[in-house]
Amino acid sequence: MKYTEDHEWLRVEGDVVVVGITEHAAEALGDVVFVELPEPGPVEKGAEIVVIESVKAASDILAPLEGEIVEVNAALADTPALVNEDPLGAAWFFKMKPADMSALESFMDEAAYKALIG
Amino acid sequence: MADLMRTGLYDLHIRLGAKMVPFAGYEMPVQYPLGVLKEHLHARAAAGLFDVSHMGQVIVRAASGRAGDAAAALEALVPVDLLGLAEGRQRYAMFTNPAGGILDDLMVANRGDHLFVVVNAACKEADLAHLRAHLDLEVNEITDRALLALQGPAAEAALARLVPGVAAMRFMDVGIFVWAGAELWVSRSGYTGEDGFEISVPEGQALAFAEALLAMDEVAPIGLGARDSLRLEAGLCLYGHDIDTTTSPVEAGLAWAIQKARRTGGAREGGFPGAARILAELADGPVRRRVGLAPEGRAPMREGVEIFAAAEGGQPIGQITSGGFGPSVTAPVAMAYLPADLPEGAIVYGDLRGKRLPARIVAMPFHPTTYKR
Repeated sequence: MKYTEDHEWLRVEGDVVVVGITEHAAEALGDVVFVELPEPGPVEKGAEIVVIESVKAASDILAPLEGEIVEVNAALADTPALVNEDPLGAAWFFKMKPADMSALESFMDEAAYKALIG
Repeated sequence: MADLMRTGLYDLHIRLGAKMVPFAGYEMPVQYPLGVLKEHLHARAAAGLFDVSHMGQVIVRAASGRAGDAAAALEALVPVDLLGLAEGRQRYAMFTNPAGGILDDLMVANRGDHLFVVVNAACKEADLAHLRAHLDLEVNEITDRALLALQGPAAEAALARLVPGVAAMRFMDVGIFVWAGAELWVSRSGYTGEDGFEISVPEGQALAFAEALLAMDEVAPIGLGARDSLRLEAGLCLYGHDIDTTTSPVEAGLAWAIQKARRTGGAREGGFPGAARILAELADGPVRRRVGLAPEGRAPMREGVEIFAAAEGGQPIGQITSGGFGPSVTAPVAMAYLPADLPEGAIVYGDLRGKRLPARIVAMPFHPTTYKR
């Protein structure tokens, strides 16, 4: 598993990367009440592709890599609370095919991420 | 959090695991480990305990020692019938400015020989100065008492275990009760739309009193986050957001708080700051008014979202002043100021991240109130 500074986790499954947010991020957001997911298709790195609204505020998930969104987790639109209940499992947000799989190596590993969040 | 004040219950909040945030100059609990959503639902289902000690508690007294004389004087600053406020009763009021805007909203209770006034934390210094500048009354801020709110369907049973007399109170009654030697100033009121009480406790006994309530199964501590979603669902205004110096009481939908005696043709017509505008708006209707909005999708529309009449084109017709997800409504809810000719049921559009999404104008409260009248 890799981690971004924006508290996303990235898990490789074959030639696809599954993206979600960390427990730390889900905890900080508070109770999630709305998730807006992207359409499948090409995305630029850094594009705001997911909106998460909690009882407190709205925040974005940025595309961690350039590539193509191949699947989104429609269950989140109906059950946004999954983000709090199972952020590392059932509440994945989207799967993408990166333009360059090796770009993943620039992200933090678990030890580095844990150091980041203290 | 340097320079922030703390309430007498600060250590209790920390012990309960609260997340503290700056609010109106105080370090206040925004949520406890339960979280905003569950705290909200707990207050609707059982009873929630709120520390609102940051609010201003003020005693206003006339030299004569009669509450009626203080009430008559205070009427010069509020469009409310305070002479008609019976001893042991409380009324909602607002300080207006000469332009008919709102300087603060407040509660006024008649306690026989004086008035007890509760004002917003962020406004209290200005309110005290305003009272002292305009009225020849003794104005004393009470700084040695905590203020707690106990709200929800189980509030009466919980508080009555400590203070049996409160069960006989009805909505907006005030009374003095004794618990463990401490004098409690109790009103049957609150800011959640639920039945409940607000209790002023001497600071020295506040911790023991709060702990006695929290020891009960039905009582949980509730933070500012859920306080906001509860009052929003109840359709209640938050000063500085839904009402301010630019909104009149009539625009704000608070005309119900202006009794007949202060209106045109009443026994004490006008005689408060901004009377010309406020009485004209009562007669002719305001140009804009505060309305409830029910966004049709699931995306919350929050404060600052601009509202348009159509899905495309045109200038904004208003703005959301409070909005979020309503945990009991299980949908987004919002308040906005919109042209007064737009009827209930009309569809307007909120600009959310560049997309115009529909919202329906609806009656408030969003969640039914359960005051014990």
